[in-house]
Amino acid sequence: MLSSNPIDRYSWRNRQTITLGLLSNLCLTNAASKKMVMAAENAKPSIPGRISAVIPLGLFVTLIYFLPQVTAGTVFRVQLNWIPSLGITLSLVIDGLSLLFGLIICCVGFFVTVYAADYLPESADRSRFFIYLHAFLLAMLGLVLADNLLSLFVFWELTTIISYLLIGFEYESETARRNARQALLITGAGGLALLIGFLLLGGITESYDLSRLSAQSDKIKADPLYLVVLLMVFIGSFTKSAQFPFHFWLPNAMSAPTPISAFLHSATMVKAGIYLLARLHPILGGTAAWMGTLVIAGGITALMGSVLAIKASDLKRILAFTTIMALGILTMFLGGKTTPALTAAMTFLMVHSLYKSSLFLAVGIIDHQTGTRIIDQIGGLWKPMPITALATVAAALSMAGFPLFFGFIGKEIMYKGALTEDLFPVFATTAALLANALMTAVAGLVTIKPFLGVLPETPLEPREAPVAMWLGPVFMGGLGLIFGIVPDWVGHWLIEPAVRAFHPSMEDIQLKLFYGINEPLLLSIATLSLGGTLYWKKRPLRRFIGYALTHIPIRFEQFYSNGLDGIAKIAKIQTAILQNGSLHRYLCVIIAAVVLGVGLPFLSDYTPPALMQNSDSSLTGWLVIGIITIAVIAVVMAKSRLLAICSLGVVGAGIAMLFLMYGAPDVALTQLLVETLTVIIVTLVLLRLPSLKACRPTPSPVKIWNGLLAVSIGTMVTVLILAVTRTKLDRSLTNFFEANSYIAAHGRNIVNVILVDFRSFDTLGEITVVALAGLAGYALIQRRKVD
Amino acid sequence: MPSQILKTATRLLVGLILTFAVYLLLRGHNAPGGGFAAALIAGTGFALFAIAEGPAVVRRAIRMAPQKIAMGGLGLSIGSGLAAPLTGRPFLTGIWWIWKKGHTQELAIGTPLFFDVGVFFAVLGTILTLILALEEN
Repeated sequence: MLSSNPIDRYSWRNRQTITLGLLSNLCLTNAASKKMVMAAENAKPSIPGRISAVIPLGLFVTLIYFLPQVTAGTVFRVQLNWIPSLGITLSLVIDGLSLLFGLIICCVGFFVTVYAADYLPESADRSRFFIYLHAFLLAMLGLVLADNLLSLFVFWELTTIISYLLIGFEYESETARRNARQALLITGAGGLALLIGFLLLGGITESYDLSRLSAQSDKIKADPLYLVVLLMVFIGSFTKSAQFPFHFWLPNAMSAPTPISAFLHSATMVKAGIYLLARLHPILGGTAAWMGTLVIAGGITALMGSVLAIKASDLKRILAFTTIMALGILTMFLGGKTTPALTAAMTFLMVHSLYKSSLFLAVGIIDHQTGTRIIDQIGGLWKPMPITALATVAAALSMAGFPLFFGFIGKEIMYKGALTEDLFPVFATTAALLANALMTAVAGLVTIKPFLGVLPETPLEPREAPVAMWLGPVFMGGLGLIFGIVPDWVGHWLIEPAVRAFHPSMEDIQLKLFYGINEPLLLSIATLSLGGTLYWKKRPLRRFIGYALTHIPIRFEQFYSNGLDGIAKIAKIQTAILQNGSLHRYLCVIIAAVVLGVGLPFLSDYTPPALMQNSDSSLTGWLVIGIITIAVIAVVMAKSRLLAICSLGVVGAGIAMLFLMYGAPDVALTQLLVETLTVIIVTLVLLRLPSLKACRPTPSPVKIWNGLLAVSIGTMVTVLILAVTRTKLDRSLTNFFEANSYIAAHGRNIVNVILVDFRSFDTLGEITVVALAGLAGYALIQRRKVD
Repeated sequence: MPSQILKTATRLLVGLILTFAVYLLLRGHNAPGGGFAAALIAGTGFALFAIAEGPAVVRRAIRMAPQKIAMGGLGLSIGSGLAAPLTGRPFLTGIWWIWKKGHTQELAIGTPLFFDVGVFFAVLGTILTLILALEEN
């Protein structure tokens, strides 16, 4: 359950520190090393990176422009034809739900961009970083704005791929590469499952438009394939949103640079699964299967995430586990169908995005300014870093759910939602209570431990971060406080429209600071006191969790790595059998496969063809056939390679003549030219081989086998052609091209018109293959030269 | 050491072969020929040239790395297809310019012609890449 591999503890300045540390040993004095460390701190921020922050900012302002009308209930739709022949449109929708997600994406995206421009050292490939970052931002926006299942899927896959590139940003590190691959394989496999689900859904309703699907909700739920669709959608969203049992990739994804962890792996990409569940709620939701699965899976994920968070000691890893907890809570509440449950999901989504991204950025600051983020190695940082401390405390108080903070509102509505769940309300309430209490303890862990107490010796001398870096944490931490003071405002403008978008029958619900003494308030008080106790008893608690974890025998990550090893082993065995480097073996495999694959099914209902049904063969025809036969015999009997090649060329030329006689000049021309060129190229290769006489003669069994194989493929092709020519030719395509080639494409040569005009897309694919094959062949030849 | 006869004959033949290749390329839309066939002929011509004079002479004669010729051809084909989206039609739709002379004669030049020229260079570049590398090996 617990991933056992150590997280990549690489940090940007760590690398500099290590190299500088080595240097300082050479420089003899400590003072010199201090100076050089200071030099590293004064790294210039990336100006293009800072400028690129206008992208998220501009998008944010654009989305804000829609806010008043969306709040009033308007839904904006834009439609572009994309692949009209397949019914795929690029349609975008701006309603409450997509607007809320869009605003979160752009807001966090803006601060992360500004932050990263200072965070990344000059030695890093910063332009690549910002290109990935903004590409991700656009893909993620596309995902939440898509109004068509297939375009949603395309954006979904794009976010997976860019996440892969960003986790593996430090591609020279083995750990980063492995973690990136793990995230790609898991979320990618989930994406494939999702595609199956979407296609089935399209099959049931004959539409991929989300807006049309919700009208057919009853039909979908009554369909026998409903459960399969549900399963596929769940696999997709659970892998993306790191739900149990696919959760283990997320903590490993922390090998990405910290701004990326803050952006992709806490605030946006991992919420894509949540978004999908919300979007599909009116289409698939409300059934027992939906509610049961989501409440149970979400509850387990939330509990497991918070337990593991207490145990971890790397600050980033702690935050990753709390993200898993938050995603579990969100999934659990999207399992419900009452207004409080769904409102709880959307409120907590906002709460979490604000506090978690500011916490991640703050941890990045600690890491950047002290050189470590191991919780036992830092303390007393409030003195050198007061602003970061303030932002962290604000975010952590929201996370713990203290009154006056937005997190408190989130928790109140959460308990209200849990108590009104249709299915398993007791389980949901208990899970929420325990997870929240553990979260309170974790909030203590990430603030009290690093910022209070005595300042130990850290790898770097801690100093306050530049403005660009603390701006985001302060702003988003501050929003957590402001939103907590005016919850009705946030509820009216952002949360209510979002819930209404996927829950039209929503009752009015008001977010208030104080509802009076009721069950949620009592539960909140219980959470805070339980959380305080857990924090107080954190040492025995962590020991106990550690002890318990070593005694749980199931490790899901182990399944993953065993599966991966298995695939690699099978690939190795298969390569050794099929592609052992001997060209003779390759040819045998290919020919045998064709004979067996095409010939055997053909034999099963075979009627012998009547030869010479319409004997139009002329004397010239027989002459050409005679030449071909003699050439074939010459190839087989030839004692030198040159003679064999030339005879083979004669065979090809003879076939070209047959084409010419049957009225296909273009094919004949091409055949003749290809044959000529083949002879030249093969000669160039074969002339470098030792002469046939000097070679060891081929043993007879191999000769017999080769002969059998040659005769069988020849027979098969002959019989096949005879059978094909007996069937009636469908001339409708030919007629179309004959009629249109001159009128539409100004050409009399139909073959060429088809190649360069009617089917030019195919030709483009073919010449791409030709050019790439040429490059690959060139690389092989060059490699031989080097060897 | 290649024979003097082959060398002399090649000098005459290569020019003819290449001219014929261009002829086939241009007439392809109305009669047998086209970019692919023309590239094979030109490739054969260069192969003959390489056998007679050695690959280094051919490399000097074509001035450009053959891989670049192939990629340039691919780029030209894609580019000819991109003309259509600029005018709002699907990728690779043929666009034609037609000059009329009198009532009977007309000259039609369209993006498919450039597409075919792209095919020519893509295939020729690939053939040259392989033949020259093999000769040098």
